[in-house]
Amino acid sequence: MTAAETLRPYAAVFAGRFQLTLQYRAAAFAGFITQCWFGVIRILIFAAFYAGGAAHAPMSLANAITYTWLGQAMLVFLPWNADPDVTEMVRSGAVAYERLRPVDNYAWWFMRAMAWSVARVAPRAALMIAFAGVAMPMVGLGAWALAPPPTWAAAGLFAVSAVGMVLLSAAITVLINIAMVRAMDERGPNILAAPIVNLFSGMVVPLAFFPDWLRPILRAQPIAGLVDIPFSIYFGGLSGWSAVGAIGLQFGWVLALVAFGHWALERAMRRLQVQGG
Amino acid sequence: MLNGLRLYGRYCAASLRAQMAYPGSLMMMISGQFLATAIEFIGVWAMFRRFGHIGAWTFGEVCLFYGLVSVTFSVADAISRGFDIFGSVFVRTGGFDRLLLRPRSPALQLMGYELRLTRIGRFTQGIGVFGIGVALSHFAVTPAAIAILLFAVAGGSALFTGLMVLQATLAFWTLESLEAVNILTYGGEAAAEYPLNVYADWFRKFLIWIVPVGCISYLPMLAAMGRADPLGTPSWFLPIAPIAGFLFLGVALFIWRFGVARYASSGS
Repeated sequence: MTAAETLRPYAAVFAGRFQLTLQYRAAAFAGFITQCWFGVIRILIFAAFYAGGAAHAPMSLANAITYTWLGQAMLVFLPWNADPDVTEMVRSGAVAYERLRPVDNYAWWFMRAMAWSVARVAPRAALMIAFAGVAMPMVGLGAWALAPPPTWAAAGLFAVSAVGMVLLSAAITVLINIAMVRAMDERGPNILAAPIVNLFSGMVVPLAFFPDWLRPILRAQPIAGLVDIPFSIYFGGLSGWSAVGAIGLQFGWVLALVAFGHWALERAMRRLQVQGG
Repeated sequence: MLNGLRLYGRYCAASLRAQMAYPGSLMMMISGQFLATAIEFIGVWAMFRRFGHIGAWTFGEVCLFYGLVSVTFSVADAISRGFDIFGSVFVRTGGFDRLLLRPRSPALQLMGYELRLTRIGRFTQGIGVFGIGVALSHFAVTPAAIAILLFAVAGGSALFTGLMVLQATLAFWTLESLEAVNILTYGGEAAAEYPLNVYADWFRKFLIWIVPVGCISYLPMLAAMGRADPLGTPSWFLPIAPIAGFLFLGVALFIWRFGVARYASSGS
């Protein structure tokens, strides 16, 4: 088989899931409205903290606002849950069919997860950029808006880091899938994944706000690559070689998690118990 | 009325027995929810470590506000499940027909749908945060303060339940549980975690006059702390402000009746 033939099923599962997920327009619009609202609340709280002591802050209020809007735009990249389709397969027992496909199970689930997250993020992010990045400055709310990256270099590095973010998100989703396959129940992994991801990615609060002695540890752990690293690169908080280093770390974690996930999935699937009948 | 209360009691008892059937799974869900909400709280701690205070409020004082609304929301979330899932479980399937056939009000039956024990997780987090607040600030735990706070929890539960009733009412038109209502429930809860006077004026007005979460968290908490409102709300009103929550629920149930009257079964 040529390389193109080997890759074809993975491209197909990506395209299929992507187009299917994109159909949920009402959900995307409702998500956009919700994210706008939470963005406003977070920004008002930031503004209140800054009003009393901006000197203590590790970044300017404008950067914190940009970080917040980016977070709201890309919120559904965060791997909070096992893939719902895989959850359904585990519940019904159809997961056994996954073993019959002449494809690499890990790559198959990875592509599904990636298509699912990208297709949900794309419409929400487009609406959010139009709202917070274009409409708000036009009506004179520029101080509260999503600012563009300060330099072309920051934009370019962010683009690279955003790819890492997509891959990392899919890798973690598959890890949650694996935890679910092993537990035969999605509730435990799902209830714990969201808060851990929210906190350690820097979605609750940018990691820079944590005590200084904690920051090196927080930046080095894998989940930082989901939010804190790409967004800090976007507004210029990480630039030059430190940005390149952070991207290297991000991709390093992607490779490590993919390798671990591949191994763990094979192991879990060999001991798979099928439910249903 | 008394009869209705007794029926509600039996609904609750049945729901509790059903959830107790799997104690291990229940404990896991409760501790999971506790951990989840406790982890989120670390973010608040980090911000205060950085900035020291928000407006004139210290970390301990904000913990009091945060704990109060977290407890309140957990209670509302535990009792109003029937309205929360109303659209997808009762309207879209036509299952609401069955409720209408029974000789009791559908609102009562939905209230009795499930009393969710998993919300003990969040409740515990709220109590814990409140405890941190009491320890760090000079909050005097007097009988009067406790009475005010209990009234606030009751009024707040009524308010959030009222929002769920409105969400359920919308489902008569949308045939779905409209998740955009979450911006008022979860969003209202999130906004009330901080004292209201830190927000911009327009947002404050919204939280007092449109969706009155300020009346069930900020104002009664000021009364319990023995403080005057920096925004100038008359002090006699502070402890009785949670009445707004009951009024909101009343209005919501009134609108709900229009929805019920308009219901046309969609099931097969």
